[in-house]
Amino acid sequence: MAKKLMKGNEAIGEAAIVAGAQAYFCYPITPQTEVAEYLAKRMPEVGGVFVQAESELAASQMIFGAAAAGARVFTTSSSPGISLMSEAMSYIAAAELPAVFINIIRCGPGLGGILPSQGDYLQATKGGGHGDYRFLVLAPSTIQETVDLVIEAFRLADKYRNPVLLIGDGLIGQMMEPVDFAGRTAPPRLDTSDWATTGCAGREPHIVKTLFLDPNVLEQRNRRMRDKYEQMKREEVRFEAYLCDDAPELVVVAYGTTARVVRTAVDRLREEGAKVGMFRPISVFPFPDEPLRQQALLPSVRAVLVVEMSMGQMLEDVERALQGRRPLHFFGRGGGNVPSPEELIRECRRLLGNGQGGR
Amino acid sequence: MGEPTTIFKRPASLRDAFTHYCPGCTHGVIHRLIAETLDELGLRERTIGIAPVGCSVLAYNYFYCDFQEAAHGRAPALATGLKRVLPDRIVFTYQGDGDLASIGTAEIVHAANRGEKFTTIFVNNAIYGMTGGQMAPTTMPNQVTTTCPRGRDVNLAGWPLPVADMLAQLRTPAYVERVAVHTPRHIIQAKRAIRQAFQYQAEQRCYSFVEVLSTCPTNWGKTPAEACKWLDEVMVPYFKLGRKKSPDRPPVE
Repeated sequence: MAKKLMKGNEAIGEAAIVAGAQAYFCYPITPQTEVAEYLAKRMPEVGGVFVQAESELAASQMIFGAAAAGARVFTTSSSPGISLMSEAMSYIAAAELPAVFINIIRCGPGLGGILPSQGDYLQATKGGGHGDYRFLVLAPSTIQETVDLVIEAFRLADKYRNPVLLIGDGLIGQMMEPVDFAGRTAPPRLDTSDWATTGCAGREPHIVKTLFLDPNVLEQRNRRMRDKYEQMKREEVRFEAYLCDDAPELVVVAYGTTARVVRTAVDRLREEGAKVGMFRPISVFPFPDEPLRQQALLPSVRAVLVVEMSMGQMLEDVERALQGRRPLHFFGRGGGNVPSPEELIRECRRLLGNGQGGR
Repeated sequence: MGEPTTIFKRPASLRDAFTHYCPGCTHGVIHRLIAETLDELGLRERTIGIAPVGCSVLAYNYFYCDFQEAAHGRAPALATGLKRVLPDRIVFTYQGDGDLASIGTAEIVHAANRGEKFTTIFVNNAIYGMTGGQMAPTTMPNQVTTTCPRGRDVNLAGWPLPVADMLAQLRTPAYVERVAVHTPRHIIQAKRAIRQAFQYQAEQRCYSFVEVLSTCPTNWGKTPAEACKWLDEVMVPYFKLGRKKSPDRPPVE
């Protein structure tokens, strides 16, 4: 298949079909509704299930029911909807069911607005729902990468029997780019035969549940889940280091759409001879702590700048990774505003000028 | 005299287990009626139950078939997801009044209105049991609970929510019946309704809903016998028993 110009939200829908998604449960919310519109047409064509639920609460619990039956399932939403889905996210993580969630983030808090934002980073990476659980969280910055990570998300959900969350700001959903589906195929299906609730013919009944009243039994599950998250930290860290291999003086850390703007700014600064590189986390849980340290703690690096479409959320992970060993600066836009290359160039020039200033 | 024959035994769809239900609680009777139905219709091995939050959260410890356990009120959403991906299986939700008629009102109404092809057994005992006797949407006027210690004031809390009657107003074809289990006669009628509900599902015909008026002697502060009498004298006149809607009798246009 040749490259095709697709809107991000539609590409997400098609990628899920390529990945072998059997069921999609949704509720309309801007700016991700085109996923639902696309799949309302496409799922019946491939023999899949499409249900528009009465709420995000219900859509996400339909995910539980279908995932516990062994089906490959997913949903998409945007920030206020993800808050409602956080109930089911906790239960799905607790029941160790594979499922994929996609959040096309809009600006908040509250209803906020419908423009792009990265304001749900903490919700995505630190929990969202109640209890001791984590999602594996991926953050693409192009439509092609979105397609590839959606397919990968289904593989990882099966690998860990844990939900995977893909976060893209509103621009990832709304913009159009050429995408290539050639060579992309469905990841092999997890064998669910020893736990899925499909009817107990020829075997003992299967029970998918999250209530464990015996503290020792529950703690054992908590520990097993912790072990999965530790395995993710060893095996699933993804990042891109851009122009970081020639002793940069300033490293800019950004993800998603913001990283695209940073890339433009870095390219222009490089034309001026400024030694600037970019570090882009692709997995944000697990966060690429060690790769970031290797990059940002090079002797040449005088300062680190975090750029986000929020008032500073990933910043906390960068602070944690660097532990105060380099001056750390932050540049954030909010309200749905996307930082411009010009303002980032100004900020970088300022930091390269005095370099040493604390935050 | 021939060999002795067994005329009464535990249904194969029930586990050999003691329940945690209080003395006089009618959950056990309702479990048995469902289990007998699954046995009689030969459905056990392709049935998946959905347990609610509330006293019957541990229903999977008593039924001998596959089960999922839902978040509070969301059983109809789980059942929808499950039944849509496995349409040839038998799926039922077992829900109490706090679960179904309060926190899960949206889920039950929309699952019924979409005509999802599963069965709901709604156990209405007019109180929150598991949390220790708080006011439910189905608590009767002037009934005393821990959160309406002076009795339910209908001016502040409204009248009890008549779920079966509400769902019967929906146009989407469905089977809706309200029964009770406080006398042997009512239990026999309840069994007939539950069996009919599963029969319609097995025939892939419609969503089916059976509301079962049930007792909670512990939280009502009554003996089991007094509880049955109270159900008959206070609940039944308000929650009218009977078949509210049937796919065999479409509403008059």
